[in-house]
Amino acid sequence: MSQMTYLGAIGAAQLEAMQADERVIIFGEDVEANVYGTTGAGKSRQAEGDFLQLFGRDRIRNTPISEEVMVGAAAGAAMTGLRPIVDLSYSSFLYLAMDQFVNQVAKNRYMFGGQASLPVVFRSAMFYGLSTGAHHSDRPYPMFMNVPGLKIIAPATPSDAKGLLRAAIDSDDPVLSFEAVPLWGSKEEVDDGEYRIPLGVARTAREGEDVTVVAISGAVPEALAAAEALGDEGISVEVIDPRTLVPLDTEAILRSVRRTGRLVVADPAHRTCGAAAEVSALVAELAFDALRAPIARVTTPDMQIPFSPALERQLYPTRETIADAVRGVCGRSREEAMA
Amino acid sequence: MKLTNEELLEMQRRMLRIRLFDERASKMVKRGQIPGTVHTSVGQEAQVVGACMAVRADDYMTGNHRSHGHPIGKGSALGPLMAELLGKATGICQGKGGSLHLADFAVGSLGESGIVGSSIPIAAGAALSSKLLAQDRVALAFFGDGAANQGGLYEAMNLAGIWRLPVVFLCENNQYALSTPAATVTSGRIADRAHGFDIPGVRVDDGQDVLAVHDAVREAADRARRGEGPSLVEVMTYRFHEHSEGLRLSTDYRDAAERDAWLARDPITLFRERLLADGVAAAEALDALEAEVADEVEAAARFALESPLPEPEVAFADLYTDPSAAEVAA
Repeated sequence: MSQMTYLGAIGAAQLEAMQADERVIIFGEDVEANVYGTTGAGKSRQAEGDFLQLFGRDRIRNTPISEEVMVGAAAGAAMTGLRPIVDLSYSSFLYLAMDQFVNQVAKNRYMFGGQASLPVVFRSAMFYGLSTGAHHSDRPYPMFMNVPGLKIIAPATPSDAKGLLRAAIDSDDPVLSFEAVPLWGSKEEVDDGEYRIPLGVARTAREGEDVTVVAISGAVPEALAAAEALGDEGISVEVIDPRTLVPLDTEAILRSVRRTGRLVVADPAHRTCGAAAEVSALVAELAFDALRAPIARVTTPDMQIPFSPALERQLYPTRETIADAVRGVCGRSREEAMA
Repeated sequence: MKLTNEELLEMQRRMLRIRLFDERASKMVKRGQIPGTVHTSVGQEAQVVGACMAVRADDYMTGNHRSHGHPIGKGSALGPLMAELLGKATGICQGKGGSLHLADFAVGSLGESGIVGSSIPIAAGAALSSKLLAQDRVALAFFGDGAANQGGLYEAMNLAGIWRLPVVFLCENNQYALSTPAATVTSGRIADRAHGFDIPGVRVDDGQDVLAVHDAVREAADRARRGEGPSLVEVMTYRFHEHSEGLRLSTDYRDAAERDAWLARDPITLFRERLLADGVAAAEALDALEAEVADEVEAAARFALESPLPEPEVAFADLYTDPSAAEVAA
């Protein structure tokens, strides 16, 4: 075990996978210089652990700023024997390759009757809450949840980032990894050895009795902080982190809600047709009888992301807004809680 | 490029396969035996076969909506292709692709595409595999004059250029994007666009001449295989049928004289005359070849018509390699 950051854990998973299998290659913008810190030790080109030094230019490739061909070529390479990891840097840039994601990556195996498999990982980082403005702050995973054929991971801790990414690279299906930049610096003890966290298995981040909070990506630490505060008010909160959005661990969510009878979903994505909407619909369909209160969603409103910190900060789920929602489904106001 | 008599006759055989397959498919659309529609390569057989036979059987290939000629040209068996057009269980894609999305990995066909230009980046990726896995394979990317105005083509040409990927970009210029004359929506010559990427760009003005197409593509493929990178080959040709079968447009968007001039230059007739004139085969042998292919196409049609429809559960298979993920999705 050693202390690892979220970003360091991603780099560690990539390093392991590159060492384990020569078919694994990484391409993307600025990966040779390790600009985003996942293709090297993070110090300099001479530093031990620099991927370009370790693996050479065949396997670590800078690309032009051409998302459409990056994604399409990765699909073609995956269909013919390579196992590419594509670093798309910002999640907001995925839209430039939408045709390739939706019409090629997601459909080729299915529409060719199973002749193709696409072992490829598309990594991108969600730079929200950092005053990067409307063109860099997107959390677009729900759009891709709506495209059958893609698998989607959204790790919230360093340990999960390492284990999920490794499983994603091992998967013979295309996986999109949405990494939350606000979590990049978070640290914890991480297993140095090789391990994989199977896709589609949720993690219970905190056990509790009264309310289930399903929290996604950057909302997980906020939900945990809310749970801690609510404990002092006598509300016992269970926090479930799905970790994988496709396939979604529906059973784990239902199991928890059947026990607690209450559900709050905290999701940094937009509200309409978001991940929270999907989780809420599943619980309403499959565990309605267990619900003792209406489901509450804490999401980013259907609003574009403004630049000024004074405007931006209020938009995402926070420990305060999550705690308010939990109190709400417990029939308690904040004033009552304070009394 | 000196070709053997066997190779020359194989070219004629494959052109005939495409012609008769597509004529048969056209009839089946009219009879309601094929759901949806198809886009035939009738009139463009020389362009397709000249290119496909200039690469190796194990080379990669991607295509577009005018989709049957490519796998046939590459050597696919006709029965599973025809069955796919009919949505049958025995179809090459189990009835899930249909005419627009044929693929036959056994002959290097990585997929046709219903989205104009969308398969071109796939070919670049296959070429990257070939290069890094030292497979010595070339990727042949077919696209039309319409796709020549899609940005993805130029992203792919640039990437293939900088990485020296073994790609042959093959523009099938049949001069119309559905009803829109290419000349009215295309600035400059398509072949010349290669020069901006510092890669060879050539135009074959007579795409009805299978040997002219073959020679140009062979040169590009050989160059790619030598590690010298991609090329663009533009082939001028003409489709003899409507954009898609059953499509009836009120406007006659093609000039009658232009159409007559092209229809008079049927690539299969032209090549037959050439084979006779060069003494490659006698008329009787060519007649026998035509009869043989006609039988083959008839057998494929019969196979397709007699094949069972897929079971409904097939719709829920093959989304992922991992069936547990598909269960969750369903």
